[in-house]
Amino acid sequence: MEILHAFFVAPFVDMWEFPVFLVEVVIAGLLTGVMYSLVALGFVLIFKASGVFNFSQGVMVLFAALTLVGLIEHGVPIWLALILTMLVMIALAFAVERVVLRPMVNQEPIIMFMATIGITFFLEGLGETLWGSNVKRLDIGIPSESFEFHGVLLNQFDLYAAGIGAALVAGLAIFFHKTPVGRALRAVADDHQAAMSVGIPLKTIWIIVWSVAGIVAMVAGIMWGAKSGVQFSLSLIALKALPVLILGGFTSVPGAIIGGLIIGVGEKVAEIYWGPLVGGAIENWFAYVLALVFLLFRPQGLFGERIIERV
Amino acid sequence: MSNNEGLNGDVLLDVNNVSLSFGGVKALEDVSFDVREKEIRAIIGPNGAGKSSMLNVINGFYHPQEGEITYKGNTRKQMRPHDAAAQGIARTFQNIALFKGMTTLDNIMTGRNLKMHANLFLAALHIGPARREETEHRAYVEHVIDFLEIQAIRKTVVGKLPYGLQKRVELGRALAAEPDLLLLDEPMAGMNSEEKEDMCRFILDVNDEFGTTIVLIEHDMGVVMDISDRVVVLDYGRKIADGSPDAVRTNKEVVDAYLGVAHD
Amino acid sequence: MLYREAGQFKTSYGADQAMFPIVQDRWFLAGLIAIAYLVVPFVASEYWLQAVLIPFLVFSMAAIGLNLLLGYAGQLSLGTGAFMAVGAYSTYKLATAFPDLNIIVVFLLAGVITAGVGLIFGTPSLRIKGFYLAVATLAAQFFLSWMFNKVPWFYNYNPSGTITMPPRTVFGVMVTGPAATAEARYIIALLLVTLLALAAKNIVRSHIGRSWMAIRDMDIAAEIIGFRPMQTKLTAFAVSSFYCGVAGAMTLALYLGSVETEAFDINVSFQVLFMVIIGGLGSMLGSFLGAAFIILVPVFLTNAPQLFGISMATDLQKHLEIMIFGSLIVYFLIVEPHGFARLWQIAKEKLRVWPFPY
Repeated sequence: MEILHAFFVAPFVDMWEFPVFLVEVVIAGLLTGVMYSLVALGFVLIFKASGVFNFSQGVMVLFAALTLVGLIEHGVPIWLALILTMLVMIALAFAVERVVLRPMVNQEPIIMFMATIGITFFLEGLGETLWGSNVKRLDIGIPSESFEFHGVLLNQFDLYAAGIGAALVAGLAIFFHKTPVGRALRAVADDHQAAMSVGIPLKTIWIIVWSVAGIVAMVAGIMWGAKSGVQFSLSLIALKALPVLILGGFTSVPGAIIGGLIIGVGEKVAEIYWGPLVGGAIENWFAYVLALVFLLFRPQGLFGERIIERV
Repeated sequence: MSNNEGLNGDVLLDVNNVSLSFGGVKALEDVSFDVREKEIRAIIGPNGAGKSSMLNVINGFYHPQEGEITYKGNTRKQMRPHDAAAQGIARTFQNIALFKGMTTLDNIMTGRNLKMHANLFLAALHIGPARREETEHRAYVEHVIDFLEIQAIRKTVVGKLPYGLQKRVELGRALAAEPDLLLLDEPMAGMNSEEKEDMCRFILDVNDEFGTTIVLIEHDMGVVMDISDRVVVLDYGRKIADGSPDAVRTNKEVVDAYLGVAHD
Repeated sequence: MLYREAGQFKTSYGADQAMFPIVQDRWFLAGLIAIAYLVVPFVASEYWLQAVLIPFLVFSMAAIGLNLLLGYAGQLSLGTGAFMAVGAYSTYKLATAFPDLNIIVVFLLAGVITAGVGLIFGTPSLRIKGFYLAVATLAAQFFLSWMFNKVPWFYNYNPSGTITMPPRTVFGVMVTGPAATAEARYIIALLLVTLLALAAKNIVRSHIGRSWMAIRDMDIAAEIIGFRPMQTKLTAFAVSSFYCGVAGAMTLALYLGSVETEAFDINVSFQVLFMVIIGGLGSMLGSFLGAAFIILVPVFLTNAPQLFGISMATDLQKHLEIMIFGSLIVYFLIVEPHGFARLWQIAKEKLRVWPFPY
């Protein structure tokens, strides 16, 4: 009886009695969610354009952050470091396309997924070899003081992150739907062979997409890295992006955003209000279980397309 | 013509007022026809007429919004594919739905699926009933393989076979199930005339030797006229003719929609 | 010349369906097994037994489990580590609660319990496929890891949180616990592996195996010709989890002796996945080859530099290891998606016509 009360009543009472705290928790969750969304966005881009679920997006986030930090530590001014990192990510995109994607054009999706797992491990090892494996500080000059707003405690950095995330998403949405390149990308996502047969250069498209994903990874890497230091758990974020994609649908940009926000808030709220009851660390599995429950009722996610099977 | 013309028995399958749509697209509209035991019934019509959809409805893969199917005396609105299979309906597919990773032998063995009652533990030990069952079914499958003259490719992985042979293996898989009703979706598509002759021969033999009722979708008019007892013509999801091949061939609507006129 | 089928005619379907229809294969395998049981325990050093052979057997078991699920039934699972954990913790609880229960029975029961858990976490596969299913299995991985960590009942309220296998004997010989010799543990592991691998091979070439492969290759067609997807997938999850559970039991009882939850985390799931991919999806032999490879590479990297007179820092080694794995995976998936097993098959085919080129 007491347990039932503790689980089903007390947390809600808590929320009701201290609304300001609830708002702060939700906002913290939303801001973490924005970070998740940024990473998930990279996945969606590549999946939309090439049908490949790129597990290595997470490690690219890390790699981008590491490169940036490494350059800054060597005395390169920030603006130059940013540009160089972008070039590195684009070069990486070229390399991946040449070495991995091209030889695997006709393989089934699951094989390609596993290939991206291979890329992940390779890049992880490479990153560690090049830049070492201690945690690094990343400071690119975004202010990070906290301030109060109508009684709620907010943090400047988090707001900047949200703003940059939103801008990035808006930019990408325009890119996809208003430009010819964007249209070509959508064609490729639909059917490689058909796209090729109308003259769309598959290779170029892939390089563009992976480069964009690389840049998104860089932004995500900067945000995460500046907030919690650049370290290897960053690559575990790839795994966290999966539930986000489940919720939002693998092919939807707005889905990735909303999915990220829902996961972010859900996780935080669950941890703060129910965590203490079960010894904490709910954050480890909450997102996945939520995704699982979702999958059982709506396999295509909130915004994904329903798959009609024809025989 | 099959040997059973005029001697056909009771109605095995009765399709009544079946309508099927996907979203806004009407695939089938108020279609009715029947199929008698032991006959060879052809469904013809232009592309997109709903022929494959009709087979899919009979098979339980698509569920019609309206209408009913009566099979072996049981009327039902819809059934699940494996129930259809359990009741003796087997089929082949337009785009070959073989298990590409398995050998010919294994593929045809899967056709025996419903007759096998494998027990996990006995299978793991490969003794007694599990072993005997495997050997018995293997014997029947070899019978089918002999019938279709594909002994040489028994152990070849199906994905490596040429198109014509794959179609034959698929027919073998359907036959292995010892069906009462065999649905063939464009069995001759993509074949040259020699292969078509062989396939015709197999179909007629199946009908003759095993007494299997056959419904087939086919575009080659020569084949249709030669081997079928009766023909149903679909156009834009509706039935526009139903009768003997000769009657259908001279039906004006059918000629307009599909066959065209021979220019002398 | 030496290796050919000419002259080996089968006179019954039973003979044709035998596991190793080519006589030379049978002799080879018999020889290998004989060496494994009779020669190795006397010849192998402690290091080789503890660091190479025993983990090889343990991971072969796990790889077989995952291969059944992924290679044969086509269901992607990233929860292998968690299922091994279920096996390990079940073994611990059973062994401590029922001290008189024979240890082999305990292992098998642990497998059955894991099969049950596998059934539960496999139910989503009825509605979802591919990557989506992978996420569902991740839920299993993270949730179960967390559960074994946080719920003290699982580790008998031990403050350190680790579980240690109590000593047990078989026919009077100590096989678990600190007093058990590496040879004894090796023999028990070998016994389990040979028996269960045989069972797996039988299952795979039976009707059940065919139903798995049918669902893997084309699940819609499979359903249309009468296979029941639900039963097929659940059977695959159950059997696969059984094997992973036994592997986990072996990890605790025969390999490490004591274990914390980190021993079964997501990295283990990936490790076993790599074994199955590199070894060969859908191949029993592949499971063994993959396990051998993944276990030997670190051993090689640890010892090779000394052989060449160079010294390498341990963390550099680790990084190189990861890089090598990653590139090998990509390499194999490009060049030979069917892994080592296929390369072995190709070698055998070349051998059949040797000394002729084709």
